[in-house]
Amino acid sequence: MSAPPKSFWKNSPAVWPLAGLALLMLVNLIYSHNFFSISQQDGHYFGTPIDIFKNGSICLVLALGMTLVIATGGIDLSVGSVMAIVGAVAATMLQNGHAFPLVIATSLGVGLLCGFINGLLVTWARIQPIVATLVLMVAGRGIAQVISNGEQVQILDGHFNYLGNGFLAGLPFAPILVTALYGLVWLWLRRSANGLFIEAVGDNETASRYAGLAAARVKCLAYTMCGLCAGVAGLLAASFISDADPLTAGQNMELDAIFAVVIGGTALSGGRFNLLGSYLGAILLQTLTVTMYFVGVASAVAPVPKAVLIIIVCLMQSETSRRYLGRLWQKGARA
Amino acid sequence: MPADETPLLALRGIGKKFPGVTALAGVDFTVRAGEIHALLGENGAGKSTLIKVLTGVYQSDVGETRLAGQLIRPTSPRDAENLGISTVYQEVNLIPTLSVAENIGLGRQPGKFGFLNWSALRRHAREALARLEIDCDVDAELGTLPLAIQQMVAIARALDLQAKLLVLDEPTASLDEKEVAELFKVMRQLRSKGLGIVFVTHFLDQVYAVSDRLTVLRNGELVGEFRTAELGRLQLVSKMLGREVADEEGRTQDASVVPPPTTEVPLLEVRQLGRRGVVHPLDLTLRRGEVTGLAGLLGSGRTETARLIFGIDHADTDEIKMRGKIVKINSPRAAIGQGMAFCSEDRKVEGILPNLSVRENIIFALQAKRGAWRRVSRLEQEQLCTHYIGALRIKTSSPETPIKNLSGGNQQKVLLARWLATQPELIILDEPTRGIDIGAKAEIEQLIAKLRADGLAVLFISSEIEEVVRNSTRIAVLRERRKVAELTGAEIDLHRLLHEMAGVAKTP
Repeated sequence: MSAPPKSFWKNSPAVWPLAGLALLMLVNLIYSHNFFSISQQDGHYFGTPIDIFKNGSICLVLALGMTLVIATGGIDLSVGSVMAIVGAVAATMLQNGHAFPLVIATSLGVGLLCGFINGLLVTWARIQPIVATLVLMVAGRGIAQVISNGEQVQILDGHFNYLGNGFLAGLPFAPILVTALYGLVWLWLRRSANGLFIEAVGDNETASRYAGLAAARVKCLAYTMCGLCAGVAGLLAASFISDADPLTAGQNMELDAIFAVVIGGTALSGGRFNLLGSYLGAILLQTLTVTMYFVGVASAVAPVPKAVLIIIVCLMQSETSRRYLGRLWQKGARA
Repeated sequence: MPADETPLLALRGIGKKFPGVTALAGVDFTVRAGEIHALLGENGAGKSTLIKVLTGVYQSDVGETRLAGQLIRPTSPRDAENLGISTVYQEVNLIPTLSVAENIGLGRQPGKFGFLNWSALRRHAREALARLEIDCDVDAELGTLPLAIQQMVAIARALDLQAKLLVLDEPTASLDEKEVAELFKVMRQLRSKGLGIVFVTHFLDQVYAVSDRLTVLRNGELVGEFRTAELGRLQLVSKMLGREVADEEGRTQDASVVPPPTTEVPLLEVRQLGRRGVVHPLDLTLRRGEVTGLAGLLGSGRTETARLIFGIDHADTDEIKMRGKIVKINSPRAAIGQGMAFCSEDRKVEGILPNLSVRENIIFALQAKRGAWRRVSRLEQEQLCTHYIGALRIKTSSPETPIKNLSGGNQQKVLLARWLATQPELIILDEPTRGIDIGAKAEIEQLIAKLRADGLAVLFISSEIEEVVRNSTRIAVLRERRKVAELTGAEIDLHRLLHEMAGVAKTP
């Protein structure tokens, strides 16, 4: 394989999250000795980099669905609550002795349905996305409690446990699953015209409708996919801790997912999206969390450096601010 | 005027490069106080760039700008305004949800401590409008007013400042004749007060009607500065195009031939198509191999009729027959499924997908027609692009360039390509030549003739009445949202059409 042309690096929005990652690694290289060490035990690999991928897999899969919604010019605030609903459905069904495949299918179906309802609210009822999905964000926790009878539900199923804690070829299963999902979605978007349609709706909805696109259907599809991804995230989250908690599962995760997408170079105004960027964005967020832990930042203070990094990456992506910084740099050099 | 007098505005050796394109190379531009100076050129000639350098939107790479002898280098439109250079852009750049008074006073509201002095604001706006002799309610929400009035408000806002130089960038594109005449009156009045006016337009009649001098640009270079009275019309056109052109007034070859009476079922027949408050019910028949012109003054219901046919707006009363069969058309998607195409007059809002590439814009309607799963293969996409970029002479550095980087005329051609790629049987062209240069206009008119020869039905809408006469085999005339006449073949002539449009009976 030949190296991508220079313009790829210059133009790709994935460059800045990569740069952010590099910076964090440098910090870790200086501050912690064993950040990069990977050990092998019983044929399984362990180590901080592997933990990052494992623990980041929830944000990763949420960011995947969120990318599509944001590319249509929308936003989905309900993903955290959908995670709680799906977790409650899976745990309750397992407790009642339903077969594992049926549980998975039903749970994902519920996630899909949640996304579809969001899609209908946005397209058919024409409610602004931020309000439409806020409805399910608030109501979702209540629904999850109704499903689980207001209690945390323990999960003892071995198959289910494998989702979050199993290993495949020595590596944790969850990030492998999620990475494969990225690949599948990418293929689906680019081998069909769905990717183009999503970008067109986000870029200019009126024009795409006048050119014969069923814009409402495309948007609905994006929200439905986002709901499905939230479903996967819900299953992973429940599996990690073998427990479904309707109150805390997926809490504030929608914000991390949105951050990951924005850092990854997909504009909140919609249009062009970048799946690789979202992937890197999610990894960047997780690495940052771990780094702060390593460096010894108190968890109460941790959101502050996180916010700073997000602002820096966003600013670096904007051409205007890059030019401004460039001018400051030149002035500084002259002085 | 003595030769040694310092000109009001002098641009010398202006150069500006964008990635991959040289927009301006060594351009001089001089405007004297008390003159109206037309700036002319084809699409991509560099007019817009020059205006943007002048008004501080861009900074030139080389060259200098002097205003009344003083070296200036405006860094923003606000900066330029403060120096005395006010601009009214082609597209109205005001805020539609604010009132007229607020729009005029925006950013320079009289008041203290962040509180507005409303009565002063209104008085101020009324005075500004009175200077232009415009009568309009200063409390009206701007967006509810006709586009022409909005344009006048934009001019009032620009003049409100202590302007020395007024730049009018295609101010007449959306005005009707009476309003243009009013604008010219105001321009002459301002000229007599010693203002310099830069006038960018595509209408040659207007250049000759109002300007004292003109500067022609071509491909980013200066062709020359001329006294308007000393330069013939044909000479001017050939300077702009850089080649000799045929008499532009002639009708497209054999458009005047009366179509043979045909027993063939018409492609599209609409009966009693109308919508309350928009268009009175009207009948229209479109046949293969005919160009049907929709003529009428601004606001006569031309675009509205097209939108009803294409299913963008829903008709109250209608019967639409395609190929003799009644069809239900309740969305653009349904219309496209029936073999229609609609090139909207509003390129920016209803046409282009700005950040997507020329390639994606070209194949988009075809892809939407096929659906998500039957993807137009990359090879097919590239073949379509190569074909249309060549056939329509679309100027773009590559098919992967975002369409927003193209000039207006080239964007229009890309949109035409988008529709032609769907192989429509009926194409509705709403103002396809608006805001584009003469060369591209001529090309689009040739294209219309070709489409007709290929057996398409064309519905052609244009505010330029000569253009309608030149290109149509049949003309439906609209007046005050009603269809008042239909002319065919030899009946089509400018005077008769004008009479029908104006609603004045023509003396035999």
